[in-house]
Amino acid sequence: MNKGTGSIARIHEARTTTPRIDPEIKSLMGNEAIARGAWEAGVKVGAAYPGTPSTEIMESLGTYPAEDLDAQWSTNEKVSLDVAIGASLAGVRAMCAMKHVGLNVASDSLMSQSYIGVNGGLVLVVCDDPGMHSSQNEQDTRLFGQFAMVPVLEPSDAQEAKDFTKLAFELSEKFDTPVIVRSTTRLSHCRSPVVVGEREQIESRGFRDSPAKHVALPTNARVRHPIVLERERKLKEYLNTSDLVRWEPGSDELGVITLSTCYTYVREVIPEASVLKLGVSYPLAEDVIRRFCDSVERVIVVEELEPFIERELRAMGIEVEGKKYFPRVGELSPENLREGLHKAGIISELPKTTDLGIEPVARPPVLCAGCSHAGTYMVLRTAGARVMGDIGCYTLGAIEPLKAMDACVSMGASIGMAVGMAKAGATDKPVVATIGDSTFLHAGIPALIDAVYNNVNITVLLLDNQTVAMTGGQDHAGTGRTLRGDETHRVDFEKVIRAIGVKWVKTVDSYDIGSLYQTYREATQYDGVAVVISNRPCALDPVKIKGTPFYVRSEGCTACQACMNLACPAISWSDELFDGHHKVKINQTTCIGCSMCAQVCPTDCIQLSETGTA
Amino acid sequence: MRVSTSSAVEREPSPTTAAEPTNVLIVGVGGQGVITVSKVLAQLCLQNKLKVKQSEIHGMAKRGGAVFSHVRFGREVYSPTIPLGQADILLALEWAEGLRWLPYLNPETGTFISDTQQIIPPFSCRNRKRGATSNYVFRSVEQVKQHVPNSYAVDATGMAEGLGNPRAANTVLLGMLSTALDFSVDDWQAIIAQSVPPKTVEVNRQAFLLGREWIQSDAHKEEREQVEVAKPPPAPVVDDVVIDLEITEAWCKGCDICVKMCPERCLALNSSEIVELANPDACTACRLCEWLCPDFAIAVHVHKKETAIA
Ligand SMILES: Cc1ncc(C[n+]2csc(CCOP(=O)(O)OP(=O)(O)O)c2C)c(N)n1
Ligand code: SF4
Ligand code: SF4
Repeated sequence: MNKGTGSIARIHEARTTTPRIDPEIKSLMGNEAIARGAWEAGVKVGAAYPGTPSTEIMESLGTYPAEDLDAQWSTNEKVSLDVAIGASLAGVRAMCAMKHVGLNVASDSLMSQSYIGVNGGLVLVVCDDPGMHSSQNEQDTRLFGQFAMVPVLEPSDAQEAKDFTKLAFELSEKFDTPVIVRSTTRLSHCRSPVVVGEREQIESRGFRDSPAKHVALPTNARVRHPIVLERERKLKEYLNTSDLVRWEPGSDELGVITLSTCYTYVREVIPEASVLKLGVSYPLAEDVIRRFCDSVERVIVVEELEPFIERELRAMGIEVEGKKYFPRVGELSPENLREGLHKAGIISELPKTTDLGIEPVARPPVLCAGCSHAGTYMVLRTAGARVMGDIGCYTLGAIEPLKAMDACVSMGASIGMAVGMAKAGATDKPVVATIGDSTFLHAGIPALIDAVYNNVNITVLLLDNQTVAMTGGQDHAGTGRTLRGDETHRVDFEKVIRAIGVKWVKTVDSYDIGSLYQTYREATQYDGVAVVISNRPCALDPVKIKGTPFYVRSEGCTACQACMNLACPAISWSDELFDGHHKVKINQTTCIGCSMCAQVCPTDCIQLSETGTA
Repeated sequence: MRVSTSSAVEREPSPTTAAEPTNVLIVGVGGQGVITVSKVLAQLCLQNKLKVKQSEIHGMAKRGGAVFSHVRFGREVYSPTIPLGQADILLALEWAEGLRWLPYLNPETGTFISDTQQIIPPFSCRNRKRGATSNYVFRSVEQVKQHVPNSYAVDATGMAEGLGNPRAANTVLLGMLSTALDFSVDDWQAIIAQSVPPKTVEVNRQAFLLGREWIQSDAHKEEREQVEVAKPPPAPVVDDVVIDLEITEAWCKGCDICVKMCPERCLALNSSEIVELANPDACTACRLCEWLCPDFAIAVHVHKKETAIA
């Protein structure tokens, strides 16, 4: 390798030597590695509902040949698990993937499928989001695994993500159980080299007629429950001798029990400790753990989020330390691991850092320039509505300057919450639910039926931007395309809504601010369930929209900044002032020409660039 | 580690723990190409048969938020993220983002390379009061150099424009980055050629060499020292004032034009459908309501505050 000759001091010469990697290696993101593992394991059916950080798993599985496997977007996570269950019972290997909160939706099926077991291997990949980079909570999936008595595998890097996924199918068949592979944002979105293999050719086992096992009737389930407990015992026994649990000897004074990406932080920060790396968090390999703990003077458990392992070990009567030193919230990192070990008296000094005493610039995520949700929320705020929100890009309508959302809980909750508000007699403002197209299909339809059935006075705004935008622009049943991009039936929202029994339905152009006001008024004046479908494609997906930009004719700008209430990131202050206030300017590269700001401007000084001088 | 008497520490360090990885932190704003730049580096490491981890958070990236990507490579890499204070190089595609991540740079040996480009988010322009300034964080090149001697501020976009394609700015930065790492120019060029549109291969090749030379060659010494970051405009000079909204109730017919159009949403109709100033603190005296009211029912008065010091 050519040594750099630059004037910047070359860094750590010794570091980049010794080739260690051989040819059948690919650079894969954790999620791609999981898909690769499933493909190699001969998976036949894959189903998922998108959700950060899990989305790329099914997208990636969909890039493998259609002859090998079927990969699909499902309407929600429960449907995706049900699809996988059906495929497993039919005799093939099946997988579903979801983000942590998706498992809440799918859990009804999981809890009982645990009793039923599998035929072909059945794997659920669940991606947690410690630190909530893009989630509404940071629940810990390991508790769900324990609750459902389903084993939880915990890879620590992309290589293990691939290997463990493959193994998960074998364990599923061997122990007759669904298996959870748990990932986290750090693993799912980290790219590293992976030694890949070939696809196993697995014949379908065929459907096995066994109603006593497959039909979840009380009489059958009573027989199955003890079998599940026995399965847990057998799994523990297996783990005591499995490679999934790795003992890395080191100092006999300090032993660390760890798993997942936490393992990588441990090896980074205290390479000298003895380490017991658990590849499985439920159930626990009790014998090995006891022997490990006996071999060292002090045992520290390093895990992200809940003190799950720590509590289990205490229950076993083993003395361990853990959350006393490390946070129970947010992501673990080399920094907070080091701080914790410092508190524990294990590390004597913390490294120095550069501190310029700078309060970093606030750069929160914002709606894109020309986002079709912006006008709708501006109207809602100005018109004064009590807004029950939902989950998607449009949740950003909750923050300044749109600030037109009073509550938001979980996917599809908005309509049910609006029903409750109306029933509670909250009538100071019109009660409105706002819900995205994908969220409406996911869990909004049953709630809309509820609203009609129970005859409440609410307005529902269906924000149809024709994609699952928040997670990167995936297709869904309302786009008319499948995961592999093939054309398929497209759900007609207006027909569905009318069929449910809604009498007042109107579709408006999300860019037409005047019509939005007008239609919103009419809808809220209607006594009963009114649905406004606000329709415009997302500015970013599936096609990045770019029209002629608008510009501000500065002479006419009175610096009222009314246009800035749209939260469009293309609009910011110019250096010119009017009466002590900043005039505005429009970034010509990022403006997509949606015209909403021009409609809002009271002095008519926002104009199309071609006609102007910009 | 305090348990230093233990056998583990006295043992020969194992090959997996001896060699520390090289840490490059690449940061910027959604849409700038942070991920693409870091993929080039990661691919380069892979081709040179190194272990490499590239970790990013991209959930909110496309929505104009801060984007960062950790690239770590060497004989063995454990943590996917660079520990605080251990980045060998911080490559920033935007000035304030560079400042945000400076604590991650190794305070003794770290190198800071940053574009002087400033992307001021609308969020920094939220204060509507008279005389308000943007709260975009500003530090001059000199201020940063006082803390980080190995600092390079560059106008990569300007340099790329000089070559006829402003989009090659990131390749200029890669050229600069290349001077701090042990990969051959040919390897860099080959990978860059694969990752840019075919028509732009030549301009990117030049952009890479320009960036590289700019740091290495004495010919650019003066230029290097002259780079400045645009200063924020001075705060507008305004008098200390009292805002007074005069509403002639008899003339108001409750059409609510002003209520809808007030940018600060500080007006409301009261129970008798007459406009009132519901949130006086939010009023910035933009006068929009005065100009828009068809019935002249609102007048905005701005009085100088008497600030006589007794
Ligand atoms: C149970 C659950 N599944 C998935 C997600 C991830 N998620 C957040 S927003 C969103 C999609 C929203 O799409 P849509 O309603 O069409 O709104 P858009 O983002 O397009 O505005 C998804 C899938 C989640 N938060 N919770
Ligand atoms: S991705 Fe689409 S829906 Fe989301 S903020 Fe951007 S334009 Fe709006
Ligand atoms: S027309 Fe106005 S609101 Fe639309 S993208 Fe351009 S600046 Fe933003």
